Amino acid sequence: MDPLYQSLAKIVGEGHVSTQTEELYIYSFDLGTTEPYRPDCVVAPRTMEEVQEIVRLANRDEIPIVPLGGGLSLAGLAVPFRGGILLDLKRMDTIIEVNEKARYALVECGVSQGQLTSYLERHHPTLMHSEPGAPPQATVAGNLAIHGQGDLAQPYGFNSDMVNGLEVVLPTGQVCQFGSCSISAGWFTQHPLPDLGLFLGWAGTTGIITKVSIRLYPRKKILGAGMFVVEDEELVPEIIYEITHTEMAQDVVSFSQAIPPFSSGLHHITINLSADSEEELEFKQKMIWDDALGEYIRRGDGGLLGFARHLQRPQVSKTSDWRKGGGFEYVGAIMPVERYPECYRRGREISERHDIPYTVLGRVIGMSHAMMFSWTYAFNRADPETIRQAREALHESDDLALELGGAIWKPGLYGQKLVMERMDPNTLDLMKKVKQLLDPNGIMNPGNWEVA
Amino acid sequence: MYELKFDANNCLSCETCDCLTKCQYMDIDRDTARTEMAKIINGEDSFVLHDCVTCYACEEYCAMGNHPFYLIVERQEELDVPPLPKPLIKRGIQMGIPFRGEPEIVQVNEPVMTMGAFADLTYLIQGRLFDGLPLISTDPRKMFHYFCQLMYLHYARTSVIKERLPGIIETIAKHNVKELICFHDECYGTFASYAPAVGIEVPFKIIHFFEYLYNRLQELRDEIIPLNLKVAYQRPCSSRLSPDKYHFVNAIFKLIGVESVEREYVSENALCCGGIIMGQRREGSRRRAADIERRNVEDMANAGAEVCVFNCPACFNTLAEPVSRRGIRPIFMSDLCRLAIGEEPAGWR
Amino acid sequence: MTLTEYRYSDVVHRCFRCGYCKFPVNWIDVNNCPAYARYRMESYSTGGRLWLIRAWLNDEINWTEHFAEIVYACVSCKNCVEKCPLRFNIDIVNMIVAAKSEMVERGLVPSTVKEFLENVQRQGNPYGSSRARRGEWSQGTGVEQYQGQEFLYYVGCVGSYDTRARQTAKTLASLLHKAGLSFGVLGKEENCDGNEVKNLGELTLFEMLAEDNITQFKALGVNKIVTLSPHSYNAMKNDYPDYGGDFYVYHYTQLVQQLIGDGKLDISGGFNARVVYHDPCFLGRWNEEYDSPRRILKAIPGIELVEMERNKAGALCCGGGGGNFYADFLSGSENSPARRRVREARATGANILAVACPNCMTMLEDAVKAEDLEDKLAVRDLSEIVAEACGTE
Repeated sequence: MDPLYQSLAKIVGEGHVSTQTEELYIYSFDLGTTEPYRPDCVVAPRTMEEVQEIVRLANRDEIPIVPLGGGLSLAGLAVPFRGGILLDLKRMDTIIEVNEKARYALVECGVSQGQLTSYLERHHPTLMHSEPGAPPQATVAGNLAIHGQGDLAQPYGFNSDMVNGLEVVLPTGQVCQFGSCSISAGWFTQHPLPDLGLFLGWAGTTGIITKVSIRLYPRKKILGAGMFVVEDEELVPEIIYEITHTEMAQDVVSFSQAIPPFSSGLHHITINLSADSEEELEFKQKMIWDDALGEYIRRGDGGLLGFARHLQRPQVSKTSDWRKGGGFEYVGAIMPVERYPECYRRGREISERHDIPYTVLGRVIGMSHAMMFSWTYAFNRADPETIRQAREALHESDDLALELGGAIWKPGLYGQKLVMERMDPNTLDLMKKVKQLLDPNGIMNPGNWEVA
Repeated sequence: MYELKFDANNCLSCETCDCLTKCQYMDIDRDTARTEMAKIINGEDSFVLHDCVTCYACEEYCAMGNHPFYLIVERQEELDVPPLPKPLIKRGIQMGIPFRGEPEIVQVNEPVMTMGAFADLTYLIQGRLFDGLPLISTDPRKMFHYFCQLMYLHYARTSVIKERLPGIIETIAKHNVKELICFHDECYGTFASYAPAVGIEVPFKIIHFFEYLYNRLQELRDEIIPLNLKVAYQRPCSSRLSPDKYHFVNAIFKLIGVESVEREYVSENALCCGGIIMGQRREGSRRRAADIERRNVEDMANAGAEVCVFNCPACFNTLAEPVSRRGIRPIFMSDLCRLAIGEEPAGWR
Repeated sequence: MTLTEYRYSDVVHRCFRCGYCKFPVNWIDVNNCPAYARYRMESYSTGGRLWLIRAWLNDEINWTEHFAEIVYACVSCKNCVEKCPLRFNIDIVNMIVAAKSEMVERGLVPSTVKEFLENVQRQGNPYGSSRARRGEWSQGTGVEQYQGQEFLYYVGCVGSYDTRARQTAKTLASLLHKAGLSFGVLGKEENCDGNEVKNLGELTLFEMLAEDNITQFKALGVNKIVTLSPHSYNAMKNDYPDYGGDFYVYHYTQLVQQLIGDGKLDISGGFNARVVYHDPCFLGRWNEEYDSPRRILKAIPGIELVEMERNKAGALCCGGGGGNFYADFLSGSENSPARRRVREARATGANILAVACPNCMTMLEDAVKAEDLEDKLAVRDLSEIVAEACGTE
């Protein structure tokens, strides 16, 4: 019997480790266009201690480890390029603590977005976290490990800006805590301890996050979204600037897509508003639609489509069905907001050249400090030609993002190379040193961020 | 190619100018009305063209059936003074483009009902009131092949209506339709009022949904248990295009034993739901729409309505929540009729 | 059969594996797919299963016993159908059943499934017990043979042979008697309804069972059927019409609810307990009947009815469907859906877990024992609760 299997079974129990074809097959895939690579083994630990033992074993025998959360990065960030152990972290799904007064939630790495949202709605209805647009199966920890953004990005920033503390298992097996938790002062703040930000945005190449404390924000009684429509993409940045100046909005997203026809060639700017009373809601609506955007309406350049209460989760999985083929992937880039018009025009051109109905959106981060702009390409899993077209379009979009002065968000291997080519050589050198220091045997998610 | 059948002389010699003097959204006296109408007839700009909220009511007010509203909309387009911002117009026009393939043409040999652009509401059409009634346009992916287009009256785009409507009629006719019941009041208005007004031929007989419901209820008279509810009726803008069918509202109410409460905003004086007004360019439109909504709902509440009966899904989308927040239950007319014959309404919330 | 011959070949690749199917309608937990709850490996979730089915039909992977177990671990609870946001969601369980039927065709089913099907073929029940003993549950009850009465009381396999479920069959019979209902049973002439057989992919056997049953019912002049089990209810109401079986089919809770409302069952004796109701999949998600059982419980004096957080369309399946109450792919761990469900029931503070299905009854009673909750939580069928309130128990 496979010695690796035996050792792992001793750690997690036989029911939670597999070397069978079916598991190896399923866990070899990213849901996007990345080619599959089979792991040697799939393990699903339940505790941090189990993770530690697995990591020590892998480090000792120099076996690659690939940590997996929800597996929804769509950039191939949890694909076992060099085989090894695929670590499915979703069994670690306990919500450990919600502290109302300090507004934070302490969760294990496998807690899903849907689970946390639902838990807060039922037990702490005046608190919410910044939930990304990914399907609810995505994990909280996985999302902020890739610098994700959620529906509180405007005004509160990246989800990784909302971290109070982390517990991490290093590639050599030690467990570290970062933030106030490291001096046993609870999990309420990251600063002012010395910055050891070595685990967010590193695609799991520096360690495995096993616990995270995230900030929660006020959740008001009325939550809804208004929509503002413009035709001229050049107007979008200034409109976003005006809206963010009011400080009255939450999530601000501008989208444009070829299908369905109503949205083609137009920019729908959705603006989330929340309020605890009708007066508060009307005040915010007045400030945004009448004061900030009134002139556009009067001129006929922008139109108010209405305000609908009860935020509906966008069902982004539906994008996967646009080519009736169960697949899509996107390039997300963090761009200056003023680049929106070019991102849109060039993105549209790339899509049309690849015979894919164009789909773009820009989500505002902070007070228009930046936006996450995405170019999405749907493909049909049963038709390899559409996969090839999508892959090409994605690579072109990676190139485009950098050309237009942005930074690729959660890049896959192709994008990582582009970013590393442009990076300041001293910074790159430091990245290499950090990786070598933390992961001397090079076992953590190999293939990613490999500095030559 | 299709020209509005409008008699300028009739209009210029009109004594009352009811079309403008009765307008609920602009304050116009008779003299101003005559002056402005003359400008409009001549193709000149008038404040009426800018301030009209497109509620359709003047179609009903005009005693001569001279189509003042249709004329206003034509002029708005000609002079490029649409009530809505351009992006919303483009959006509306694009929305009506079918893009999920051709519809399935099934031959029918009996009266058939069209769901128009409301295939999503097909679930309302069930139960004994609709036993054996064939439906067309029940697939949401294909419904824009049956979309009557009249919505574009709100967008100053009669050109789009004239361009697309003949094709829509042709698609319907392919089903071998002889009698068409229109689920949506506006579809009825398109075929019974607009098409004849611009000379588009309609090769089938049109039946108003409420007329159908009334007749059906008569057939099932013995099964009706009086509901004893106090109701308010939300009259949609399109209802102004078929004033001759309006009496069916009260006829149905009487038959099913509901009391139509005494309201200020009723019949000729009914208030538009305000859904389309909210996005208009005219200064203060958002607040105007909110105010109209507030007055409408308060009026229902003050009159003691327990239920608000809807004809039009667009009115429903706009007003169902505000009326519910006021403690009044929103319901579609067809659902109310189903309740009266002891069935559980499909859309009762 | 190759991928192109597979009935759902134009649809099976459309699963994105977004994972909605793991959650209940209110998102509170990621363990609402019974197979995924048990194993927590992606291969066992609906998405994983569909990808594996496609890979097998496409010759990317070979059939193995493990593959067969993964496919048969689907108990047809329809949580995935309920949750999937894409248009083909209505066909998800059908896709899995079609894959199972391909395995049946090729003779590649797990051994317990094989046993199940052979037993049904030979003895008309999955346990392999003699046909002749099917009517034994009714001994001493005075229940009549069906000879044209108003209702055929169809008991089903579990109710006829399982020791615990037999008690329920009896209790229901006594209730129907008390209400003065005109009914009869088929006794040893009764044959399997075929619902599980169909969900196990043995479509030929299912058709045979359906047709034979319909012929038998028609010959006897059956017009109305009341079933003990929601599984029978589902097959007879939804599938039998395709084979010419046009009967009025009721699950007993629908009838009992009416009988109580009409005053034919006097429940004034009451039942004092805090009761939590578990929605059976074949009554709930499959047939959208969430109300009748609750109306019964609400009508009985003394019952404090509480709800689990996952209820109605979001209920967690007991894991007994798809023949699994016999084939048994989901036990052997505290993560089994039945044990999770029982813990969830206990967390409401209830001391009675009310069920309306003999499969749920057996699965959940076993789970109560495994969880060591026998002195805290009792599983009772709705018929037993009503009978106690009527004084017939």
